[in-house]
Amino acid sequence: MGDKILNTLTQTMDKVSDRVMEFLPQVLVMVIIVLIGLVIAWVLQVVVRRILGLVKLGKISETSGVTEMLSKAALPSPVELLSRLVFWVVWLAFLLLGVEALGVTALQQQIARLLMFLPQIFVALLILFVGLLAANFFSRATLLAAANANYPSPRLLATVVRLLIAILAVTMAFEQLGLGQHAVLIAFAISFGAVMMGLALAFGLGGRDVARRILEKQFSETQEEEEDDVSPL
Amino acid sequence: MAEESFLTDDFVRQLTAVGEVDVLIGIPALNNHKTIERVVEAAQVGLVKYFQRERTVVIVADGGSRDGTVDKVTSSLALDFRSMLASSPLRTVHRLATTYAGIQGRGSAVRVLMAAADLLRAKACALISPDLQSITPEWIESLVRPVLREGFDFVTPVYHRHKFDGLLVKNLISPMMSAVYRSKVREPVGSELGFSGRFACHCLEQSVWHEKAIRFGVEVWMSAQAMVNDFRICQSFLGPKIHVSQPVGETLVGTIQQVVGSLFDSLEKHESFWLGHSGTQAVPSFGFKYSVALEPIRLNKKLMLKMFRSGTEQLSAVLQSILSAETLGRIEAARKLSDDDFRFPDDLWVQTVYEFACSYHHSVINRDHLLQALTPLYRGRMASFVLQNHGADGEIIERKLDELTAQFERLKPGLDQNWARKT
Repeated sequence: MGDKILNTLTQTMDKVSDRVMEFLPQVLVMVIIVLIGLVIAWVLQVVVRRILGLVKLGKISETSGVTEMLSKAALPSPVELLSRLVFWVVWLAFLLLGVEALGVTALQQQIARLLMFLPQIFVALLILFVGLLAANFFSRATLLAAANANYPSPRLLATVVRLLIAILAVTMAFEQLGLGQHAVLIAFAISFGAVMMGLALAFGLGGRDVARRILEKQFSETQEEEEDDVSPL
Repeated sequence: MAEESFLTDDFVRQLTAVGEVDVLIGIPALNNHKTIERVVEAAQVGLVKYFQRERTVVIVADGGSRDGTVDKVTSSLALDFRSMLASSPLRTVHRLATTYAGIQGRGSAVRVLMAAADLLRAKACALISPDLQSITPEWIESLVRPVLREGFDFVTPVYHRHKFDGLLVKNLISPMMSAVYRSKVREPVGSELGFSGRFACHCLEQSVWHEKAIRFGVEVWMSAQAMVNDFRICQSFLGPKIHVSQPVGETLVGTIQQVVGSLFDSLEKHESFWLGHSGTQAVPSFGFKYSVALEPIRLNKKLMLKMFRSGTEQLSAVLQSILSAETLGRIEAARKLSDDDFRFPDDLWVQTVYEFACSYHHSVINRDHLLQALTPLYRGRMASFVLQNHGADGEIIERKLDELTAQFERLKPGLDQNWARKT
């Protein structure tokens, strides 16, 4: 009886060790792939940081106000953000390749799908970044134009412009990722329509008197508050 | 020659028919059919009256007018000089008109005129505006004689103007250029200029003609070229200047963007000339100064102050990235003053302008945005200048402008330091 148990245990142990021995090279291959990936990702991070430095992305983001906006959200500069993104995307890709090397069939399909998804994530983040740049640029342009033209509430106008462009960028990024394409588009259309309708109602009904006063003031001011006819040059 | 490529074949043929000239009068035009004829006539009479023995030509460089400006020039009848001057011209005064191709703008027109001057080997040239109502033949003499007879290379105008006319030039362009480029010139952006053929050749050799700053701020660029390249500069009194249309940029914001932008651009190009150097020198002046009664101009001080206050308040976040905390603090303190007590003192104004120039150089924000942010501050300075000088006569104004120039010179080391700092 004892011999039989010992025999079975030995056989089982042999089988396990055989399987481990069979699996070990795959694990080693995975570790090697992950380590190589780590080195490549790090090198690419440095290269991307240098290239972005050469094309003066840092300066562009500073002048457009994106750096300031990111620092307010406790995020690093755009150059750092993009280079770190490259690092993580590359390393993650190698990590997934490594896992694939293990030969676990169930995982392989999921990994393949994830790998296909990575470029889309990258493009979506790029869209978001460019969208934020544009939002900041046009918001400041609106603020300056409205303030210099003596329009009422320049800051409000600038905020509305910033919000609309940011929402558009987020919508486009989601669309790129293929996440609830129709739902996001519809949500955007509904919120945009709601904002406009809300403004129209607020101005037309709730703020009828205010609107009248503003218009009256505006027209009477154009009569008595015309700018000088003197040339600055 | 390289410049021939942007002159049309027809224009080159016309120039070849003229041959060499001594004096060239150039008029950059665009939709000026109401005034162009009179301006061309004044130029021709000026040439016949004061430069009888010289070979002369008047050229209109048109940017594609649709109101028949070119036809007005080419189809007008020959002038009866005898009835005007009681004498007949010894030589033919040629009159040409050309429509230049490419980008519209004063810079492109000036380039065509300089290329024509180079081809015709002109010794002296003058540029005059096409929309002048107050031009007289004497203007031609004032702009050309210093070049032709005295050997100067660049003649800037001095106008008799209302004390509150041209405040951007008086408060920023002239004193800053004087302090930085070390040549005290009253009207460095005057659109009437005289220059030598040598200066025209020098300008043509520069590869900057497609830059935005040149297209719209060519006068600033030309003045800077003359100042930093050791050309002999003088200024000539022309008299009152009355013109029909707005000079550059349809709005104050546009004018500031174009002219101040050109000045800041030129500072970048010539930083090796001015960085760390000081000592402004007066340039020789010519002409008999006289004054006439000028038409009163409408100034809305209340609106200026209102736009200064609302502008600086609304743009505080933008101004924070351009100005130092100290300067911004002083501006905010000025914003809270009552209308009667409101002052935008010289030193604060100079500090503000210098900090804007440095922020422009370091591109702390988009450059167009930065220039737009200067507009409410300029309005504040304008209001302060008008309030302080309401009862002042021309002499007092001149003295105050000299003091302002001295202030720009005094604070220049700060500009040097701030400009050179690494970002």
